Amino acid sequence: MDIRTEIIAQFKQVALEHDKQLAPLTDNLALLDSGLDSLCFAIVVARLEDSLGKDPFSDDEDARFPVTFGDFIRFYENAAS
Amino acid sequence: MQPVNPACLKSSTVAAGNLSSRILVGLDAEATWEELIKGSILEGPTYGLNGKSVVIATVDQFRAAAALIELDGIARRIVLYPPDLSLEHLSYVAKTAEADVLVTDQPEAAEVNRGVARVIFCGRNVNPVTADRALDYASAIETEWILLTSGTTGRPKLAMHTLASLAGSAWHTDPASVSLVWSTFYDMRRYGGLHIFLHAALTGTSLVVSSALESTADFLARAGAHGVTNISGTPSHWRRALMSPFADRINPEYIRMSGEIVDQAILNQVQAQYPHARVAHTFASTEAGVGFNVNDGLMGFPAETLTGNPLIDMKLKDGTLRIRSTRTAVRYLGKDSPVLKDVEGYVDTGDTLELRAGRYYFTGRRDGTINVGGYKVHPEEVEAVINRHPLVAMSLVKAKKNPITGALVVADVVLKPLPADSSADPPQHDILQFCRAELAPHMVPTVINIVPMLAVGESGKLVRRA
Repeated sequence: MDIRTEIIAQFKQVALEHDKQLAPLTDNLALLDSGLDSLCFAIVVARLEDSLGKDPFSDDEDARFPVTFGDFIRFYENAAS
Repeated sequence: MQPVNPACLKSSTVAAGNLSSRILVGLDAEATWEELIKGSILEGPTYGLNGKSVVIATVDQFRAAAALIELDGIARRIVLYPPDLSLEHLSYVAKTAEADVLVTDQPEAAEVNRGVARVIFCGRNVNPVTADRALDYASAIETEWILLTSGTTGRPKLAMHTLASLAGSAWHTDPASVSLVWSTFYDMRRYGGLHIFLHAALTGTSLVVSSALESTADFLARAGAHGVTNISGTPSHWRRALMSPFADRINPEYIRMSGEIVDQAILNQVQAQYPHARVAHTFASTEAGVGFNVNDGLMGFPAETLTGNPLIDMKLKDGTLRIRSTRTAVRYLGKDSPVLKDVEGYVDTGDTLELRAGRYYFTGRRDGTINVGGYKVHPEEVEAVINRHPLVAMSLVKAKKNPITGALVVADVVLKPLPADSSADPPQHDILQFCRAELAPHMVPTVINIVPMLAVGESGKLVRRA
């Protein structure tokens, strides 16, 4: 599965479920400006673990947190399955 | 230096010194501690507050802080009503606390107010006190401080503290503290935030308080602009901070985490972002007070911590951490309220521990309480809503570990038998919609698993742990 497509789908789905106004998902978008709150991010990460089979936030204790949407995608693309 | 006996907040803050050189900074207001001590944030007539029970229910944290400084030692009782707690509980809280006065900056709070004789609004700024207030300040009494915690029924519990129990006995002014600037992601109407507020007041430092009306990035920028040196928050607060492009706006010397289980990842990530900072974590709760600090950079805590502090008795009983000290809450307010301490004076924190290789690790809550980003969720409360859905026979709500909020809520649901000819779709979506209409967002299950049955123990209760 294409990781970027899946991540975009989950951002949109969680925003819809939580009545959040999602900003256009460009790679330079700061995650905290995306319109999602911490709870929404938590749900996105949980669903991506189900759909992509990986959770890079938990897998690497020393990983730097992603700041932009582009970072977030690379974070998943670079994570071991 | 001798510890200062915190008889009242004003006198103890004065004793800490540095009054005119240190400031309390809110989102849109700031004042020196001297102005806070001598001034008033309350509008209109404020006579006759001596000996009254007062609920402070402001949105703005700076106003709450100013009102607290003003009223401690005057009011008989002060209730700190958190801004994120629905105003639907205000009448219950006011009644339970036998409130005489409501202090607020919200017209809505005044409207829903029931049975409180007086409403006093807060202004935006601290103004000099008029002469008629001097009488109010003539004699200091020991005020009861009431903090609200979540209860299994959805109604908050009212935990009573005193300034002494909140402040502890180890207050002293360090000459170096004048250069420190504390801040916290917590709100001071919660234990973690109140602890930092009192620490700043009573050790002589400045303090930058957060605001619910401000983004994480804006708060970090504001904290950075004021040169914050010491800052605290939950692991979830810190995860959010690290995702902010403004994480580098602060350059703290000391970082403290509390309020949720601290894992090794967040300790490492915060240390990597702030390589020069000392990163510590603390065990504390509204009921049990401050337990201990962990300064070795590792999750969990060394086994000898339990017996290492002569002022705080700690033990493990039936798998959970018990604490006895002068820092615990005194009792819960209200009829039919649960008993806070056992016969020996220990408070059961409800936090379960596991010993591995000489170190204790927190494993969760005995009662199954789920901590979602610092918000406690009682499974029973969520189950009660799910069980009202017409297709649901029973449900079990539990935690799913999550790297952003520590945990998320998930539910196993047993459906009522469907008619044989039923071809309806599985009702997960419908149950979720039902929950969203009834529950705060962090309480809504993120996954509904339909299961054939749930284990019920000999007591007739759901088996909550495998």
